[in-house]
Amino acid sequence: MRHYLTEEKLKELKKKSSDARRLIIETVYHAKAGHIGGPLSATDLLVTLYFNEMNISPENPNDENRDRFVLSKGHAAVALYSVLALRGYFPVEELKTFDSIDSRLQGHPDMNALPGVDMSTGSLGQGISAAVGMALGAKLQNKDFRTYCILGDGESQEGQVWEAADMAAKYSLDNLVVILDYNKLQQFGWAGENGKRQIPVMEPEKRWEAFGWHVISIDGHNFQEINDAFSIARTIAGKPTIIIANTVKGKGVSFMENEYSWHSRVPSDEEYKRAMEEIKAGTED
Amino acid sequence: MKNTISKEKISMRDGFAKKLLQLSIDDEKVYVLDGDLATSTKTDIVANNNPRKFLQTGIAEQNMMSVAAGLATTGLQPWAATFAAFLSKRAIDQIQVQIAQPKLDVKMIGAYSGLLTGLTGKTHQALEDIAIFRSLANMVVLAPADSIEVEKAMEAAHQYKGPVYIRLARDNYPVIFSQDYKFQIGKAISLKEGNDITIISTGTETSRSLEAAEILEEEGISTAVLHMPSIKPIDKEAIVKAAEKTGVIVTAEEHSIYGGLGSAVAEVLVEEKPVPMLRVGVKDRNSESGPNDEMLEKYEISTNYIIKAVKEALKKKK
Repeated sequence: MRHYLTEEKLKELKKKSSDARRLIIETVYHAKAGHIGGPLSATDLLVTLYFNEMNISPENPNDENRDRFVLSKGHAAVALYSVLALRGYFPVEELKTFDSIDSRLQGHPDMNALPGVDMSTGSLGQGISAAVGMALGAKLQNKDFRTYCILGDGESQEGQVWEAADMAAKYSLDNLVVILDYNKLQQFGWAGENGKRQIPVMEPEKRWEAFGWHVISIDGHNFQEINDAFSIARTIAGKPTIIIANTVKGKGVSFMENEYSWHSRVPSDEEYKRAMEEIKAGTED
Repeated sequence: MKNTISKEKISMRDGFAKKLLQLSIDDEKVYVLDGDLATSTKTDIVANNNPRKFLQTGIAEQNMMSVAAGLATTGLQPWAATFAAFLSKRAIDQIQVQIAQPKLDVKMIGAYSGLLTGLTGKTHQALEDIAIFRSLANMVVLAPADSIEVEKAMEAAHQYKGPVYIRLARDNYPVIFSQDYKFQIGKAISLKEGNDITIISTGTETSRSLEAAEILEEEGISTAVLHMPSIKPIDKEAIVKAAEKTGVIVTAEEHSIYGGLGSAVAEVLVEEKPVPMLRVGVKDRNSESGPNDEMLEKYEISTNYIIKAVKEALKKKK
């Protein structure tokens, strides 16, 4: 049975996503470094996880029974940091220290530096395996916590992703939910039509199904669909779930959307202003 | 403690597996991870006798090490065992980023290290593992010399909270230690006193060094043997003391001469107490498959080569 998000909840999630997107742009603009396109595609997924789905508490970030989250595409760190700050893990003001010396907000998430980061990531393909380890750890110790992991589509070119896929199915990890941020672009990728660059044909649904996972495809920017997918995942027994979230790289800023070149580009003063205005305007209706 | 080599030879991997089974029974948090080499590494003993604590992760070493990291974050103590060659090269990025950097409590067992890997050849030998693991911050690197020391090193690793690499060998080795031996991470142990020269050795090369020292003694060269089971952290004090006492050092290891024990000792000597030294180890070359005795000779790490190095080194002594 479908559980509809209340008007109030929907409004809250939209507001948090808009705030997170502005923090992402601001943080990268301020640090003059960082990734931008991938963080913007993953924002709505992260917001739904941290403001609706996961059983977590910023006051007790190391609670052994908390749900776990692994950002396997670690280069989207700034999105995770923005959402963690909004959720109350640390002051929003601290985002200004991103990428600077002695900062807890490292270029890629560091579990020793920042409470709330459950696994250090950055070298692609590794995070999903660590998430498999966490989910397995829960099963072995009869713990109820669930493990969530956001995986990149470009990242899925790493062979280790499929080693992890294999093992999660083998151990029937129905307490594991992987969300594929399927934005269909990567840093440079391959030459495509009309001078655009692209990732190769992936057909993720077929692949993950073949590996024995429960597959759900959604619009990764539709909060109701994201929520539905998480709800369904809770009902799946005996196998892990992957949510293929169809997303838009650079989502929320017209000139960044579907543009591979915004993978890790710093906006100019003019671009920064336009981006902030567009995100604000996008949530006012 | 025995300081001469016993005639009795015991399998290092059997000692390892027996101890691992015990740890898995005694400690609820200990789990054993296998990369489908259990019948070689002997972790099949755990699979057969305590199957609940044995996790097959398949032929996928990179995933195995990241999974170990994930398990460790939930409070478990994973012991991941595979060949040293695969652990130190194929899975080293996973070990660096997800185990060493976060200082997670994962124990890494490099079975079949060195040159003598049972006629498998250079793809399955590990002559660089000490160098590689030693260069990772937060990593402890241990290379025991016999099956008793393997067990003692495992006990120490079990107590220590953080990443530990233990280098094991495939074959049977002479018993050097007795059961009352106290193993300490970071401590060297003197196995034979001597005044003219000190051989500093590690792992499987220690029994060959003791044999060499006995022969040298008969020829009138008073040779000390300092066994270095803990390559990182290394016992600087013991190295400096040996240099002060005998004024010349030979290092011996079943490993490349680059980056291993020889390099670690040289680093200490150059900074603290420069004395002449020579390294016994595999020179900058690839190896092959062949019978143990012939391999040791061809790759210049046999007892004969240790004796030769001692005599060469003595010529450098001032």
